[in-house]
Amino acid sequence: MNWLKPSWQAVLAIVLCLIAVALGAMSKPEAAALADPAASFNYPYIGTKGLMFGLVALAALISMTRIPLLAEAVVLFVGAHLVAWLLISGISGFEGTALASYFLLLTAAWLLGWRCVAVLSGLRPMASWTRTALRLIIPAIFGAWILIIWEAVTRGAGIPFILLPPPSAIGARIASSLPVLGADVRQTIFKAVIFGYVVGSGAGFITAILADRVPFLRRGLLPIGNMVSALPIIGVAPIMVMWFGFDWQSKAAVVIIMTFFPMLVNTVAGLAASGHMERDLMRTYASGYWQTLLKLRLPAAAPFIFNALKINSTLALIGAIVAEFFGTPVVGMGFRISTEVGRMNIDMVWAEIAVAALAGSVFYGVVALVERAVTFWHPSVRGG
Amino acid sequence: MTGTSPAVVSASKLGLTFQTNDGPVQALSNVDLTIGKREFVSFIGPSGCGKTTLLRVIADLEKPTSGTISVNGMTPEQAREKRAYGYVFQAAALFPWRTIERNVGLPLEIMGLSKAEQAQRIKRTLDLVNLSGFEKKYPWQLSGGMQQRASIARALAFDADLLLMDEPFGALDEIVRDHLNEQLLELWGSTNKTICFVTHSIPEAVYLSTRIVVMSPRPGRVSDVIESTLPKERPLDIRETPEFLAIAARVRDGLRAGHSYDD
Repeated sequence: MNWLKPSWQAVLAIVLCLIAVALGAMSKPEAAALADPAASFNYPYIGTKGLMFGLVALAALISMTRIPLLAEAVVLFVGAHLVAWLLISGISGFEGTALASYFLLLTAAWLLGWRCVAVLSGLRPMASWTRTALRLIIPAIFGAWILIIWEAVTRGAGIPFILLPPPSAIGARIASSLPVLGADVRQTIFKAVIFGYVVGSGAGFITAILADRVPFLRRGLLPIGNMVSALPIIGVAPIMVMWFGFDWQSKAAVVIIMTFFPMLVNTVAGLAASGHMERDLMRTYASGYWQTLLKLRLPAAAPFIFNALKINSTLALIGAIVAEFFGTPVVGMGFRISTEVGRMNIDMVWAEIAVAALAGSVFYGVVALVERAVTFWHPSVRGG
Repeated sequence: MTGTSPAVVSASKLGLTFQTNDGPVQALSNVDLTIGKREFVSFIGPSGCGKTTLLRVIADLEKPTSGTISVNGMTPEQAREKRAYGYVFQAAALFPWRTIERNVGLPLEIMGLSKAEQAQRIKRTLDLVNLSGFEKKYPWQLSGGMQQRASIARALAFDADLLLMDEPFGALDEIVRDHLNEQLLELWGSTNKTICFVTHSIPEAVYLSTRIVVMSPRPGRVSDVIESTLPKERPLDIRETPEFLAIAARVRDGLRAGHSYDD
């Protein structure tokens, strides 16, 4: 048995395949055809059923032999994704007719994908570019399987479009509505979010320094700031629309209110983060308030400030989108979501959600990259 | 006791009482002390005897509550404003976001020296503590001993005549400590500095000092002052000579006397 190294995912995948074969038909039309051999029905997987079961079994078996890890990962990758592709493409035209075998086969393919990621995670490559590639490939396979399962389940089980459209429909919608999505992004993100984020974070930062410099502000302002942060944004948004009009300025105002407080609190905490010894040191140099602030306290506060910037990057997006529910010109991501829900165009809603998620991730990623460059000295970044 | 040269530090009837939640704590009481130019004075005593507090009063990091003290003939605050002293803390306290050379240059930046003057002083002081070649490293890339040497270089960089050192080698191992002690003596011999050095190690105090101030706790006070009779040239093995051991024994007796009423 030296040539065999069993993995539970591969074994389970084979077992699921066997159960699926035993159950027989994969879809209702196929079951009807089997029940009545005389009649000629068209049903899914006429030609590919054997191929799919064969692929799963073959990939699972090969993966359990003693081959190099990389080869094992490639075999699993090809097997799992080929089966998934055959499954999803075969069901088209027969949505909602899938039987238990369909889901068993999907689970078997998913187990192979799981095993593939597990094998890849176990690789310890020497070259740095392969490590970087692995760092990207592993989450990509992970994400792909979320989409694959989503697509296969919504189509196989025939989930109503209004409840949850399959990702392929959302993708098609994004591709066909690029100009609309582009205009919404420009309105919501490039105007309201960026402006509100910069002004809100900047105001929080400056207020924190003022509160640090002027003791009465520290005592009076911080509790009030605390209360402002507790304001329910849903309640504030319509008032901001009344004050600043329907266009992006009122959304920027909501974003400012939302981002102000995290920055204030984090900066105040960060300014207290430098050690006594370091502050005594600056005192022995007869360093003034501003010099100590610039050379010691702000650099020491940088990790806190970046924390606030990261929190704010997602808060700003949420704030701007929600604020648009309360009145906008006929453009904007929040406006589109609220109107398209009313028109039952759920795929457009999902398209906006996908774009917002992408924009939010990019925003967060950029802030995180700048953070790494600025706070390279912090133990959490330099790793030790 | 320092003859004709004017006193660098002169304290009389100095006292400091901290107000804590458990009531007042007398950290210093009735301290009379004069330190002359080019002296190397060690303060030794058990923890809580006020040796660090005394150093911090000289540095104007604490305010005395009674008595008088002058540094270079001024109040400690004026002396601090004039940057009359360099202070070395128990830990290196280097800024992790600055390279070694920029850490050493920190006080020079604050003083507003020209770039050229800064570069020249950084080079000179890093040479002095044998850290040439590590200018571009960050503090966390260096060993503890090297970090402490960098912090000494930083204190030397702005060229004050008075160097205050608060247990600078307390956290280092014996071998590194010996080495740094030797270097410190060399440095003191080659420059014109007055050094106040807080320690709780008897051999370190005896090896380095021209005068040893023994302190005792509750309340913190000076219990003995011992003049060293050792020559200025002190190789490490001077620590085995009978003369060295005799001084060490006196220091130990002084410390014991201060402890006598304690359990």
